[in-house]
Order: sequence, then structure tokens, then C-alpha cells
Amino acid sequence: MQLTVWTYEGPPHVGAMRIATALEDVHYVLHAPQGDTYADLLFTMIERRAKRPPVTYTTFQARDLGGDTADLFKAAARDAFARFQPKAMLVGASCTAELIQDDPGGLAKALALPIPVVALELPSYQKKENWGASETFYRLVRALAGPHAPAPGTKRPAREPGSRARCNLLGATALGFRHRDDVAEIVKLLDSIGIDVDIVAPLGATAADIARLGEADICVPLYPEIAGQAAAWLAKTFDQKLVRTVPIGVGATREFVAEIAEAAGLDASAILADMPTRAPWYSKSVDSNYLTGKRVFVFGDATHAIAAARIAARELGFTVVGLGTYSREFAREVREAAKLYGIEALITDDYLEVEAKVAELQPELVLGTQMERHIAKRQGVPCAVISAPVHVQDFPARYSPQMGFEGANVLFDTWVHPLMMGLEEHLLTMFRGDFEFHDGAGSSHLGAGKSHAPASVAAEKPDAAQDAPIVVAAPAAAAAPVAPVWAPDAEKELKKIPFFVRGKARRNTERFSVERGVAVITVETLYDAKAHFGR
Amino acid sequence: MAMLDLQKPEASCASPPEILRERGQREVFCGLTGIIWLHRKIQDAFFLVVGSRTCAHLIQSAAGVMIFAEPRFATAIIDERDLAGLADANAELDRVVNRLLERRPDIKLLFLVGSCPSEVIKLDLSRAAQRLSRSFEPRVRVLNYSGSGIETTFTQGEDACLAALVPSLPAAPATAPRELLVVGALADVVEDQFKRIFERLGIGPVRFMPPRSALDLPQVGPGTRYLLAQPFLGDTARALDDRGAKWLPAAFPLGAEGTTAWLRAAADAWGVDPEHFGAVTAAHRARAETALARYRAKLEGKSVFFFPDSQLEVPLARFLTREMGMRAVEVGTPYLHRQHLAADLAMLPADQAYSEGQHVDNQLDRCRAARPDITVCGLGLANPLEAEGLTTKWSIELLFTPIQGYEQAGDLAELFARPLERRARLAA
Repeated sequence: MQLTVWTYEGPPHVGAMRIATALEDVHYVLHAPQGDTYADLLFTMIERRAKRPPVTYTTFQARDLGGDTADLFKAAARDAFARFQPKAMLVGASCTAELIQDDPGGLAKALALPIPVVALELPSYQKKENWGASETFYRLVRALAGPHAPAPGTKRPAREPGSRARCNLLGATALGFRHRDDVAEIVKLLDSIGIDVDIVAPLGATAADIARLGEADICVPLYPEIAGQAAAWLAKTFDQKLVRTVPIGVGATREFVAEIAEAAGLDASAILADMPTRAPWYSKSVDSNYLTGKRVFVFGDATHAIAAARIAARELGFTVVGLGTYSREFAREVREAAKLYGIEALITDDYLEVEAKVAELQPELVLGTQMERHIAKRQGVPCAVISAPVHVQDFPARYSPQMGFEGANVLFDTWVHPLMMGLEEHLLTMFRGDFEFHDGAGSSHLGAGKSHAPASVAAEKPDAAQDAPIVVAAPAAAAAPVAPVWAPDAEKELKKIPFFVRGKARRNTERFSVERGVAVITVETLYDAKAHFGR
Repeated sequence: MAMLDLQKPEASCASPPEILRERGQREVFCGLTGIIWLHRKIQDAFFLVVGSRTCAHLIQSAAGVMIFAEPRFATAIIDERDLAGLADANAELDRVVNRLLERRPDIKLLFLVGSCPSEVIKLDLSRAAQRLSRSFEPRVRVLNYSGSGIETTFTQGEDACLAALVPSLPAAPATAPRELLVVGALADVVEDQFKRIFERLGIGPVRFMPPRSALDLPQVGPGTRYLLAQPFLGDTARALDDRGAKWLPAAFPLGAEGTTAWLRAAADAWGVDPEHFGAVTAAHRARAETALARYRAKLEGKSVFFFPDSQLEVPLARFLTREMGMRAVEVGTPYLHRQHLAADLAMLPADQAYSEGQHVDNQLDRCRAARPDITVCGLGLANPLEAEGLTTKWSIELLFTPIQGYEQAGDLAELFARPLERRARLAA
């Protein structure tokens, strides 16, 4: 049993719902008790979809458990087919139905419906939402496209001369973080370099589209968490070229363009020479100087977190101090990425661990999910949202992709806006005693009433530290280093440092003191540490 | 799957209504959802759901939970190892509870809340609660109830929670004077208003359940007279009856008329002089009438269709038809408690259409055919119906807003007037 206050991902059948809802004419019959219909509101309220998800829940009750839950399932599947006339059906069980082992796949087969029926086995007590989405998409693709597979080892015939290469964009779902806009942006980008997008799936695709996924020349899993498995199978089975780069950020988009152009046998040098994006120039322009070395903490699904860290470090000149993901399936990739920044990845689905890490690292900017936004707010750190789980705010009315060149512009804006402007920062540093500019007031652009972190408020109280016994530094003791004590005048001097860098100054000074066995931090220690670490 | 039957109920009260009973897909929350308001109401209680990731996801999605730093509820998510052996599941539960109570020394009352998976694997939470109570009392009392979707619908979760609390209520001494108990979670402000009115009527002592603190449990005994503040408390009422308490039948305190009827039930039991009752309530009634008049102009003659949700549908229909001059096309409710709703049912037209249970697709067909002016429905249906051109009112808002009593009568009417007003503004 795992004590969970809040969870980044839903159960795997919600992942299956994201696939079914993204598709146009596929219905999902879910063996589930009353209450599981809550998942409908994710789509109708958070994403503001105008249609109910195409999901029928069997709604079994305690009194059904003795006997006829299997009949209930069959009746629900038969009625759903009659009413909605889908072109394919997904059948499966939610967590409770998994326990009663009615075998929805077998029951649906017995109905002999005149459409393909795909049975889903989604182990609710082991797996989570993204896995469920990936597995569902993979099973559906195999079931519908599989019958069109050529004999193993068959080479794809050469394209007709003069025809444009065709590719499929895979992985965009309902309830995806900016998937709708990403797809539009990448379709536009590919068109500009002479590649046609044949099918986008599952978002907006029909069962017939899924069946002919093998026809395109190139396969692009835009969201590897969801489409990686299906794309690998398609590439192998239909001898399609697989493009693995996820085009988030200017650098990655350039690589994506180069990779897909090569796969299509095209020359992309023209578009690469004249990128339609402002982000690199904005980042180079002098007013962005103040962004240099800002310490950022990154957390999200693996794809967005890895991409965000790369953009932060290479395209904005930030320093990545933390990188993590809740996608355990992609822990290896995130650990590899973290090594690039000389840090250790945080792999967890417990937000309290993430919160503790943010408190420990004292970053100047958090790039995370909606949960990190709340964590950052509590700690008084600016934040921008880069990844699912989604919130109603992640479906903006405006066009706001994360991918491609326009996506890079969007990222520049959304990450830089929460930060304090360079001049404001200087003025605060110079006139720190200003009665309107102080910790409690917060910065003007973040709105009024921004409360300061309880953690640092507690840390601001010198009493506790003074009550603690003063321990003489014992460098020989290999155990946990003893926290040094702040002398009152040093504590006072620390408070003169602007609040938005004070946490960092405190941390650096304490680290400096521990490393040198200094037991009592004085004003001198504070400035020694400042000289040692630089700004 | 539609198993329809038009059933004539046994002849009991004045106008026994005809009820369409349906079986099929329900578009209603399970009882776990009650935790969203209960954990705010009882401020030193913690609700630990023993369930699956679905349960955790349900509560956080229904509540939009991310706003809380650390809410007073959590889920002990059952995993594969727990399914392999129940003995281990119990040991695991003890470990989780120990960790939780270490972290939260402020908790005085812990509810272990059963879910669909815990019911199906027959994890005995009442024994677990006893076992854990023995280790943590007197610091923490541990109780249990089921909020599972296979047994409870939405507000029935509150019923199950309060019913579980009843055996813990201290016994009133045999000689104790009679006491009024108001049962069902109300907004604090509404409780305070009722408290003042009862005081002026000379009715008392008055206690409320659930209490705001677990240390402040009301006593109960043969002297207890109770008013139900909510229409979904069948099990709680039965548990109170078993302790010797007596129910004061009344319409529910929605709207001016309902509030007067509800207060009068207590006044009659206390033998309050009708003139005094009239004098005490007159100003409140007048104020409510003034507030209601503004919205009656907007709602009069409009039709309303209720999808089943909170069991508040019958009293709401009574308020909207009688005080707002609306017409209820269909009053759908998850469960219709004949006895508790008798007074409200009696005030509705004899030919009023009701439905109990749900077959959501059939009901949507009926709703589309009727094209009501307002459809009261859950969050999963509201936007799709709006997109079809129907005006909707989210039913969950009726639970998360103070709507009971005289001072809230206008607010209640406004909740129904707002969607119409909005549609009119956007069309202009």
C-alpha cells in the first residue's frame, strides 16, 4: 500500500479513455462500478470537450456481484454498439472489475459484433495512465493495421518520382498537454519542407485511418510515452523510417527537421538557414543578460522534462539544478539527461518528495506540472508549467504549441514572464530597505498577497538555532555534517540580501561553513562565502 | 440493458407518485466524493480511503484538489502485493496509518473509508478500525465506513460517514432534558443562522452533526429530537433511532417555504406558540421573499429537468415549482426516500414525473426531446448539453454552496437564474 495524497497520473483505463476519446469512431466499453464515470469530467470540464467521451460504463453494483456482472457487460457492449455504431470497439476493465475477472475480451468476442473488438489488459494495481494510453494505442494499431502488414522483411517500394514523402504523427491524445496545437504546428512545419502528413493519430483519426497507418513512408512518435511502442512496431512491420527527435525547443526542432528531411531524401538547409523563430534572438539580446545562470528546477513527464532542461541550459543560459520525472517507465532516459547537467535525476510520483527537493535546492525558477506550480507558489518561487497532468489552464483559447519554431517562441515567453525583470531586480538589490519593496510585498507583476515560504520564515527565526547546543566542528566525524549556527549579526546581514536570492545565499553560506568546519557563521563568513561562490 | 418498469408504489401517503425506475449506466459520483466537504467540515478528522489509484484520482479530479497544501484526506493505494495476501494488506494498512498519524499529530478522528476494490477483496475495515483504535486511543479514534461505488451514490457517502459516527456519540443521561439535533453537513454560516433562530424561538439546547471538531460530539438518547438538514441520511436516521432519538418529520430547509416548514417542525415539538413563531420568523421570511422576488421574474414559467445526482432533487423541485413558478419536467434522483421526502413530495403536483436510478443514454434522449429551459446535471454532461444548445446548471454546486435557510433562499434561486442570465447576455 502506498500512502498517496495526490497522484500525477490516473489509472491505466484513463489512459485508454484518452485514446478512445481522441479517435473519431471508436467506442470503449468499460466494465466498471458507479463512480468511475468521474473520468468523463476530465474531458468535458478540463479540456472543455463538447462531446461526452465515447465510453460506456457497465455500472455494476454490490448486489450484482453474486451473479450476473458478465451479462451486464454483454448487454452494455451490445447496447453501445447499437446506439453509437462505432467502427471499432475497445473493451476492458477498471480496477474493481479486474478483481472480479469477468474477461471482457472473451465476453465481447462471444457477441460476435461485426466490427473489430480490441480487448485491453491494463493491470490497474501495477500500471498508470500513460502506460495505459501506450498499451491501448499499441493494441489498437496492431489489431487494425496488423492485417495489412506485408510479409516480414518486405522492403518498402521506392516512392514515385516527384511525389512528396508522407509521414504519420503519432501520440497526440485527448487531454494531452498542448497536443492539439503541437500537431498543427508540426503539420505546418513539415508542409514547409515538402513532407505531407498522412495521418495524425490517435487525435482526430478514424478506425480506417489506423488500419492504413502502414502506408506512410515515415513514422513520427511525437509523444514517446504514448506512441513509442506502436511506432516501433509500425516502423519494423511496414519498413517505415522512424524519426525519434521530439521537436521541443529550437535545437531539437532543427535536429527534427534535419532527421525527417534525411528520411524523406530532402534538403532542409534552406529552412534551417532561415528559421522562422524569434526565440534565439530574444535570448541573445542584451536585456536577456539577467537570465544568465538562473537556477531552474525541472519536473514533468520524461519527454517534456528532458526537453525543458535542454532548452533551459542551452537556449536560455539557465543553470539546471534539478531534473526529475514521474514517468518511471522513462527513468533511464531522464537519468541520462541529468548527467549532462552534473546532477542526479529525481524519479518519484510522490509530490511531497518533489516539494522537499525544491525547498532544498532553492531554485529561482521552477518548470513543472500544475503541482509544481502550487509547490513553487507556496515557496515563493516563480514557475511555468511545461507538462501534464493537465489543468483547465493548459487548454488556452489561443494557439499555444510547445513544439516547433512557434513552440520555441511560446516557451521563451512563458518561462521568462514569471521572472523578475532585470531592472526591477537591480533596484531591489540597491534599495532593499524600501518600505514597499520587501519580502512580504513580493514583486509587482506576480500580484498582491504573495505569501512567503513557511520554510524560510521558520529558518528566519534565529532563536531555535541559538537554543541548539553549539557543537565544535569535528572534521574527523564522517557522519552527517553538523549544521552551523548563525551569529545574530550575520543573520541580520543575511536579511539585507534581497529575498529572492536570500535562500541561495543562506544555502551557499551554510555549505561553505560546513565544508570548512566553521561552527558559527559571522558576517565575515557570509562575505567569504559570497566571494567563494560568486553571485 | 434498459430494464424499465413503471411501478406503482404501495399506497401510503397522500399522493403516491409514479416513479420510472431505470437500470443502466449511471453518470453519478460514488460516495467517496463526500470526503471533499466532510474533511473541511470536521476540522480535526482525516479521511483515509483504502482503495485504488482510481479512487485517489476521482477525489482529486472531482475536488480540483491541487489547491491544498496537504489536505486532510489521502488514499492508501492497494497494490499487487496487497492483493496477494490479506494478512499483509492489514499489516500494510497499519504501517500506512502509523506513518500518517506520526505526520499529522493534529488528527483526532480517523476514518478508514472503504472503496470498491477494498469491498471486493473483502478487506475488513471495521476490524482494522477496532485494532487501530486500540493502539491509538485516546489520542485518535479510528472509525470506518464505505464510500464504494458498488454500494453508495455520491451523497450517500456522507450518510455512511455520519451513520458510522452515531455509535460513538456519548449517551445522554436518562434524565437529560430534550435536546434538538440538526443532522447533515451545513455551511458554518447557515448553522450559526439556525442557531440564532432556534434561540429566539426558545428551542434548545441545539447541537449539530457532524460537529466542527471531533472532540465536540453531541450526546444522544431518548430525549433527542432530530431534524434532518439533508435528504440523503437514511442510514444515519436509522442509527439515531436505534439510540432512542426521534425524527421530526419536515420538508427540507430550501427556500422560504421549506425553511419555515422545517423550523416549524421543531417549534411544534417544543410547543412554541404559533404567534411567537410567526413573530420570530416574520422578518426572515420577508427578507427571503424580497430576495426571491427578483429571481422569480426570471425563472417563472421556465422548465427544469433533473438528472440524478445528490438526492436533493425532490426538495429542489419543490422549491423551484412552488416558490419560483417553474415546471419540473422530470425529477431524477439516485434514490428516493419516501419517508424522509414525504412532506416535499406532498407539495409537488400529483402528476409530477420522477425517475430513480439511471440509464443515462435513455435519460439524455428524454431530456433532448423535452428541451427544458434548464437542465440540472453533473460535470460530465454539462458541457456536452450546452454544446447542444441546452442551458445547464452543475448539480455539484448545489452541494458546495450554502443554500439552506432564509438568508440563502435568494442565493439558491440565483444559482438557477445565472445560467439563463448568462445565455441571454451572450446572445445579445
